Amino acid sequence: MASHFAGIDVGASATKVAVVDEQGDLQGHAVRRSGVDFAASAQEGFQRALAMAGLQAQDIAGVISTGYGRKNVPFAGASRTEIACHGAGAYFHYPQAITVVDIGGQDNKIIKLDAQGRRKSFKMNRKCAAGTGAFLEEMALRLDLELGAMNQLAAAAREEVTLGAFCTVFTGTELLSKIREGVRVEPLVKGLFRSVVKRVREMDTLTNLVVMTGGVVAHNPFLMEMMAQEVGREVVTTPRPQLNGAWGAALLARDQLT
Amino acid sequence: MVMPPIKATKQMKKLMEDHFLGLAKAKEEGNPKVAWCTSVGPAELLHAMGFDVYFPENHGAMLGATRMATDLIPEAVAAGYSPEICSYLTSDVGSYLAGQTPLTRAYGLESVPRADVLVFNNNQCREVQDWFMFYAREWDVPLVGINNPRVIHEVKESHVADVKSQMHDMIPVLEQVSGNKFDIDRFREVVGLSKQCTIRWRKVLEGAAHHPSPMTFFDHCIHMAPAVVLRGKQEAVDYYDLLLAEIDQMVQDQVAAVPGEQVRLYWDGMPVWGRLRMLSELLNELQAPIVSSTYCNSWIFDALDERDPFDSMARAALELFNVRDDDFKEGYVKEWVERCGVAGIIFHDAKTCPYNTNSRFAMPQRLSQELGLPTLVINGDLNDLRFFSDEQAKTNIEAFVEQLLEQAA
Repeated sequence: MASHFAGIDVGASATKVAVVDEQGDLQGHAVRRSGVDFAASAQEGFQRALAMAGLQAQDIAGVISTGYGRKNVPFAGASRTEIACHGAGAYFHYPQAITVVDIGGQDNKIIKLDAQGRRKSFKMNRKCAAGTGAFLEEMALRLDLELGAMNQLAAAAREEVTLGAFCTVFTGTELLSKIREGVRVEPLVKGLFRSVVKRVREMDTLTNLVVMTGGVVAHNPFLMEMMAQEVGREVVTTPRPQLNGAWGAALLARDQLT
Repeated sequence: MVMPPIKATKQMKKLMEDHFLGLAKAKEEGNPKVAWCTSVGPAELLHAMGFDVYFPENHGAMLGATRMATDLIPEAVAAGYSPEICSYLTSDVGSYLAGQTPLTRAYGLESVPRADVLVFNNNQCREVQDWFMFYAREWDVPLVGINNPRVIHEVKESHVADVKSQMHDMIPVLEQVSGNKFDIDRFREVVGLSKQCTIRWRKVLEGAAHHPSPMTFFDHCIHMAPAVVLRGKQEAVDYYDLLLAEIDQMVQDQVAAVPGEQVRLYWDGMPVWGRLRMLSELLNELQAPIVSSTYCNSWIFDALDERDPFDSMARAALELFNVRDDDFKEGYVKEWVERCGVAGIIFHDAKTCPYNTNSRFAMPQRLSQELGLPTLVINGDLNDLRFFSDEQAKTNIEAFVEQLLEQAA
């Protein structure tokens, strides 16, 4: 009898798949670029996650899709918004009143849940990608850095450059002028991380336990340290922050069917 | 499930066609003279003076709904108008500069009917005055108007006296342009008809308090046209009699505008004209009708009274939602939310319309706390779709309805 559940999170940059058992524990997962064919990406990721879990498609009792491409997953039984899924994923690990801060490829989200896991409110960024993963990607390009190198550079910085611009393009211009002034790359990257944190901070108040999720945090854990400094208390993350939405979708599939 | 269209729509389309063809004929024959008026300006006075009245904001909405606006706004921006000011203004001025208008396709008009006089009340925003100034310079025609007091909590006699005197001041110009003498009895008659129109329009909007609601905000956005452009005329009164009879029947038959409605919403702010269909279909699918809105309610002028036309018109202009302080506005929204059994409020933060955007001074947070209802702010614009993201709006609205349903359960 089918006893596992899957969540497919087709995001702006990456497609994430999580397969969980009846306890909600992760048994298989996959991450790949969303590309231009969302349905194919979802299917390919699903197969990889199943293989990892040692399962067949018929072992999956329910699939829920989420993310921007949530309507493009033909084999999903239902779709839920990423707000619902990120909330469910974070609450599974921290069953208390929490504020989820998800930093995605193009979207930032702040989701507030009460002690019972019910959503109290949510906010998404405006039609502007400053402060999201796309912002850091663009800046890495400007600085001729591998995206994966940024976390280490920011963490190693002893100083920090203040960047004042509000938009991605003008921040790029500001970076160029700093480079011309001879500023080292580490303080610049730390300044970029600070601007991400600040953009998130102005979206909403951060109450209760702050749980950070999403691919950007997964690859740049130093952002959590900076966020903790900003809010003046501990900030936590989930075991696999990039999979949080997919994991939450799988949990919602489980809850829907059990 | 697609609901059958509201039958009265056919008559409304005919009225609108007559309205525009009448304006074109007036220009052709040079009689009567054409006055341009802001949508909550002193239209009754203009009708009483014998003008045919044209409303540029109606044209602005058409530019938005036909999605011509996004292509035409850059014409005005290139001529020196900021892309961050009213996109009705920039799309209308852009339309003029490019020599394109949706009136051509809809009614066969080559251009908008040129104004003989421009008359504004800046109660809705300051931009209407700048907008009309463009045409006053372009055509060298008189511009008159009312500078309305703003951010009013309570309408006071001093406010009324101020607006009344400004209305009196414009009469000599209107007499000169129209060639007609001001006639108080005719003015009373027009104000009386406008009052009859407003009574009926209120009833149309109050019809949405019924469960299930026979009409949504999207229907209201269409059927408000006579209340805007034909108020003061018998045709508007007759039209709403027709529509109300249909609504009464729908209520009796328990016809739902959105079948299986699960949660009811309130909309604050301007419509996103170019995305009305997309939003309507989304909310239909989510079974979450928007049953009431600040915008459509803004053409209810309870104060109108033909026994004292100047005084009552001044009060109507001053009682407008847009010119009130936030305490008043919050009380007003609360009243309609409670009347219509609303579970959540969507605020549209229109990038180019601060005057019709009420989410920028923490009103959503205050109302949410006071009413115990969730609120959502979506970013967009009335006409400039470059400020609107379909995907972000969809995700926000879907997540909001998801939350409301979860709470209801």
